[in-house]
Amino acid sequence: MSVFGAVLKRDLALAIRQSADSFTVLAFFAIAVVLFPLGVGPETNTLAKIAGGVLWVSALLAALLSLDRLFTVDFEDGTLDQLVLSGEPLVFVVLAKTAAHWLTTGLPLILLSPVLALTLHLPAEGYGALLTALLLGTPTVSLIGAVGAALVLGSRRGGVLLSFLVLPLYVPILIFGTLSVEAAILGVPVKATLALLGAMALFAAVLAPWAAAAALRQATE
Amino acid sequence: MFTGLEFNLGSGEAVVLRGPNGSGKTTLLRLMAGLTRRSAGKMTWGGAEIDDFEAFGANLRFIGHLDAVKPALSVAENLAFWRDLWGNPAGNLPQAAAKLGLGHLIDFPARLLSAGQRHRLALARLLVAPAPLWLLDEPGNALDDASLNALAAIIADHRARGGMVVIASHGSTVVEAGRALDVGAYTPAFNHAREDHWSDAV
Repeated sequence: MSVFGAVLKRDLALAIRQSADSFTVLAFFAIAVVLFPLGVGPETNTLAKIAGGVLWVSALLAALLSLDRLFTVDFEDGTLDQLVLSGEPLVFVVLAKTAAHWLTTGLPLILLSPVLALTLHLPAEGYGALLTALLLGTPTVSLIGAVGAALVLGSRRGGVLLSFLVLPLYVPILIFGTLSVEAAILGVPVKATLALLGAMALFAAVLAPWAAAAALRQATE
Repeated sequence: MFTGLEFNLGSGEAVVLRGPNGSGKTTLLRLMAGLTRRSAGKMTWGGAEIDDFEAFGANLRFIGHLDAVKPALSVAENLAFWRDLWGNPAGNLPQAAAKLGLGHLIDFPARLLSAGQRHRLALARLLVAPAPLWLLDEPGNALDDASLNALAAIIADHRARGGMVVIASHGSTVVEAGRALDVGAYTPAFNHAREDHWSDAV
């Protein structure tokens, strides 16, 4: 397990040193959300109706922005070769990098979302469901994103290719994430949709690291 | 890629891979590391065929053309990462840095290092956690004379302790009494490509 700890610690240290990268993602999230009241108009009812969806779509796009760099830097500077040769399963490397990605983008997005929900007049009943759904859904975003990021390694215009690959896979998260918020506002039980988000996270946690590791090995050959 | 290429390496021995550009020195090193998969042929370690290259990686240190240095981290932090990755808490970072002439730069951010110093930092990785087999791809590139001597010293020291070294080099070498292996002689693809090149030129 020394590999997991070492990679996680280093990626967090790098994220803190180069905090502009994480900040860009947050700024994109904030700007994208704030554009909606300007485009749709300031009518409270309309905004409240779309708030959950807007927050989820913006969060997914913001996360996508950061996935591009998940493995690229290590691939280009030769670190990835060394990580493949660490003597321990590459899956631990993927898990560590995905965990670091979630801690540096997913978690800040969650923390920022209630503030942005205010600008969209999200009804008070929706906040709990929004935060829980984001908490359960964003790890899946990082995990699926890691597979996509590993697959496009070394290709030109990898960022564009990545969105084609990954965004369709985010559709279930988007549907159940938005549904959770809407159900909470309507006073309907949200357990079912949240449970599905949790199930997706577990499913992704089991399968995605293996797929990403296989793709990384392919990229270093 | 290679035909009829066969060699073995005993404790304390070194093999110098020679051959012109493109003859397959790097490919052979990456094959030995398990970074490139073989389509045919056999590799053994301690008499047993290697079947799990993921685990085999723990036996070797590979220095390639890319330095794998993180510019945002200091020299010490870069080395600490490798020491932790390879799980060797006893690794002596100041000593490793000092042996490659980076002792006075240990707290400097790696982005301030010159190309030669970054390469020396990559080489210092060899010293933070021991492994029996060193695979070095043109380790003398971008090094000044003093650093070449330091490199020769750590290689000699490694071999004296029973370590093995395979080193690709087309210029001057930093290995004493190593066997030379002309990779170009085993690569029909390379010879073939050269003929094509000539026919094009004519």
